[in-house]
Amino acid sequence: MIRVVLPAHLKNLAHVTGEVRLEVAGSVTQRLLLDTLEAQYPMLLGTIRGRHSGKRRAFVRFYACEEDLSNDSPDAPLPEEVIAGKEPFIILGAMAGG
Amino acid sequence: MSGVRVLVGTRKGAFTLTSDGRRDDWRVDGPHFGGWEIYHLTGSPVDPNRLYASQSGGWFGQLIQRSDDGGKSWTTVGNDFAYEGEAGEHLWYDGTPRPWEFKRIWHLEPSRDDPDTVYAGAEDAALYLSTDGGLKWKELTALRTHPTGPTWQPGAGGMCLHTIILDPANKDRIYVAISAAGAFRSDDGGASWLPINKGLRSGEIPDQDAEVGHCVHHITQHPSRPDTLFMQKHWDVMRSDDAGANWREVSGNLPSDFGFPIAVHAHEPETIYVVPIKSDSEHFPPEGKLRVYRSRSGGEHWEPLTNGLPQSHCYVNVLRDAMAVDTLDPCGIYFGTTGGQVYHSADGGDSWAPIVRDLPAVLSVEVQVLP
Repeated sequence: MIRVVLPAHLKNLAHVTGEVRLEVAGSVTQRLLLDTLEAQYPMLLGTIRGRHSGKRRAFVRFYACEEDLSNDSPDAPLPEEVIAGKEPFIILGAMAGG
Repeated sequence: MSGVRVLVGTRKGAFTLTSDGRRDDWRVDGPHFGGWEIYHLTGSPVDPNRLYASQSGGWFGQLIQRSDDGGKSWTTVGNDFAYEGEAGEHLWYDGTPRPWEFKRIWHLEPSRDDPDTVYAGAEDAALYLSTDGGLKWKELTALRTHPTGPTWQPGAGGMCLHTIILDPANKDRIYVAISAAGAFRSDDGGASWLPINKGLRSGEIPDQDAEVGHCVHHITQHPSRPDTLFMQKHWDVMRSDDAGANWREVSGNLPSDFGFPIAVHAHEPETIYVVPIKSDSEHFPPEGKLRVYRSRSGGEHWEPLTNGLPQSHCYVNVLRDAMAVDTLDPCGIYFGTTGGQVYHSADGGDSWAPIVRDLPAVLSVEVQVLP
């Protein structure tokens, strides 16, 4: 079970309070994780990455295991600790304005 | 007694202001969608419980929210605003070509007879239509692909389609306005478009007879006279009596003819309202006095309305979608400011009072009369 931490605005949008837990089948990549997240919470479509481009939105960041994964390839495997559910995959809004 | 609900979109959320028909005791609810920019919040003319909100932000993009219970609860609906086919290019501020790029929805215009049908005006300029309550959106491509499209340039606020008027007398007729392309009319439900900018004069462009390129800020229409349109342009207040085919200036004795909103009285089709702003670079009222100007003659002759409005040290702006009228008698007038005040008049503009003073900057104001 993969743990995902959403920023406050997206938690409100998805009507969740704590971490989101996702069952992701197969080789777990950032793309597959986001596909699964959006399938489970379709109201998040377009808020994390472009609906058609698939690109991460400019002011969204992905962190895990104290590393910035934002610019990793979406098809690179996620860290083992994330896949094992020991560490969360953190989605957050970048520091940008108020 | 009828009730009134004022729908307010701000830089940091949506608010609803409700009162009975006397309009002297208000309840303020919100923020809804706190922290998000609500460019527009509006209701269906045929089902006042059906509301639509354009919710956007720099971090997480564009969303559309729908309420079926007058704003008590909301559902996130569709946000797939794709440019159909080749997106093409328009001109950037420096005159170089730039690809069309979706940024946000500025305005939502629900159908006059079907609560599930709603139009959306986008930046970069495009017109979208949903017929299923906002779940799916389809671009009406003929506007963006008009032969003049590659020459359109953004205004300072972006190349936004900010005004949509669905003609009450002709179901196939739609008016839109785009900053800074100008005004357009369709007589076939959006399948084709005609620029309607003849008579506009804009010092910011070299050719005064240009078919497009005029910075139209807002257009309004009285339902009893659908061929008469009133326009607040970047500079100049204009009117047309032939469905936009020709325009003439009616700025008359206004202290400044720069401004953003323009509204028409619900029961007097020749009574119109504007809020003069000092200039294109000084977006605040002349002399620091917040004055609504009313013309009872369809323009040219204007009177300042000041009773209850701040007449010193006032340096707020009133944006293009931030003025509305109700259909009660006497007609109520409402407007919101970038300083977060929402003012209303329950007597056609003779006197004013704030409903609320300290909201985030107001982007849009609409009003519903409730049964």
